[in-house]
Amino acid sequence: MTETAYNFAYLDEQTKRMIRRALLKALAIPGYQVPFASREMPMPYGWGTGGVQVSAAVLTPDDVLKVIDQGADDTTNAVSIRSFFQRTAGVATTTRTQEATVIQTRHRIPEVPLTEGQILVYQVPIPEPLRFLEPRESETRKMHALEDYGLMHVKLYEDISRHGHIATAYAYPVRVEARYVMDPSPIPKFDNPKLGDCPAIQLFGAGREQRLYALPPWTQVVSLDFEDHPFEPSKADHPCGLCGATDSYLDEVIVDDVGGRMFVCSDTDYCEARQAQGHRGKDAA
Amino acid sequence: MQTHALEGGFTDPATAAAHAFRAVMEAMARPGTIHRLTGAMPPAPLSPAAGAALLTLCDTDTPLHLAGEADCPALRDWIAFHTGAPLVEPGQAMLALGPWQALAPLSAYPVGTPEYPDRSATLIVECPALEPKGATLRGPGIRDTTALSLPETEAFRANRALFPLGLDFLFTCGDRIAALPRTTLASAPSGATEDL
Repeated sequence: MTETAYNFAYLDEQTKRMIRRALLKALAIPGYQVPFASREMPMPYGWGTGGVQVSAAVLTPDDVLKVIDQGADDTTNAVSIRSFFQRTAGVATTTRTQEATVIQTRHRIPEVPLTEGQILVYQVPIPEPLRFLEPRESETRKMHALEDYGLMHVKLYEDISRHGHIATAYAYPVRVEARYVMDPSPIPKFDNPKLGDCPAIQLFGAGREQRLYALPPWTQVVSLDFEDHPFEPSKADHPCGLCGATDSYLDEVIVDDVGGRMFVCSDTDYCEARQAQGHRGKDAA
Repeated sequence: MQTHALEGGFTDPATAAAHAFRAVMEAMARPGTIHRLTGAMPPAPLSPAAGAALLTLCDTDTPLHLAGEADCPALRDWIAFHTGAPLVEPGQAMLALGPWQALAPLSAYPVGTPEYPDRSATLIVECPALEPKGATLRGPGIRDTTALSLPETEAFRANRALFPLGLDFLFTCGDRIAALPRTTLASAPSGATEDL
């Protein structure tokens, strides 16, 4: 089923070299957003064009690819990106986290801990954590150069003064190796503790914004907080309705029109593996 | 002479470059680890690993500086045919290639700007040996510490002090490659009394 009319992994070699050079600089300066000449891809912006370009630049024919969208292997975005690389790169694909060597993700980190041979590629919509505080690129660039991150702390403080706690629940800003403030992409803050000291390589691609950045393995990543308002990863206070897991991130699913709802694991592979092992939640059929 | 320059490239450029890049990326992401890098057969004195790194990273967009014995006609021809990279002085280089002594002084290469620290040179250092012993390395990408035979440590400590500016290094020997990004703290082999 491999498409022979395209170069391996769709992109031409000169484009891949450009992305690869940018990836090496991104790994050398953890958390810093490297500009790159993002290409038009055969999918709209917002569907993961940045992640797809990074994946295309790192894939080899020996890789096993997994693609998730909010934790799920079976949603439109995940299915179409997976079949895109099946067709253009001829790589093997899987839904099992442990079997994958490259995992492209939209807004989740898998529940199963990543290992040394793996690469996690994030799709990023807005790579600049300061963008909603300062719209001018020329200014945010200076703020990063000068390590001027006071504005971000003011924003978190305003959360506290308005809501009584830091109300940012996803895309929660982190500080990398005590230098760059980085947007971890819109992952729930539940996933933030998995960013640091991770054995896998983590790469972030933002196609429309033409930026990519990276976290090498075993990098120090700290979620911003205050001494009297420490960072707290949070999740819905329920067990999974299907597999009964109490340690996974949950989606709330509305099941009828009279207020009925259930909570299920957002990571479908994790949930299915647990169900296969015989774990049952209260809503399991 | 001419035919030699036409040979020694990747036999299957797309997949060979993909495998080569993964070796280079793993080396850069995990400083001090040594990886096999094959697929290229460049003319002497260039090592196969350095040749593969050039074919993977170089094209007409990457000004390249050749230092010392790397600056020879056979190699210039090979690089011109396979990559088309413009050859420049250290001050304009995005990539530089040569033995450690010939690449000096390091202050000649661009280290980036505070707004764009990525606009810095990457140096490909041809080494007579590449062993997992010698200088102790710490930093992002390294769990505790790792060891690598570096030509010296003082230059890398000075480079580390420039962070987030600075140069990044690839070390090649035969068919093997290791890397040292600007984030890595290198300290002299035990015995010497250098403070971190």
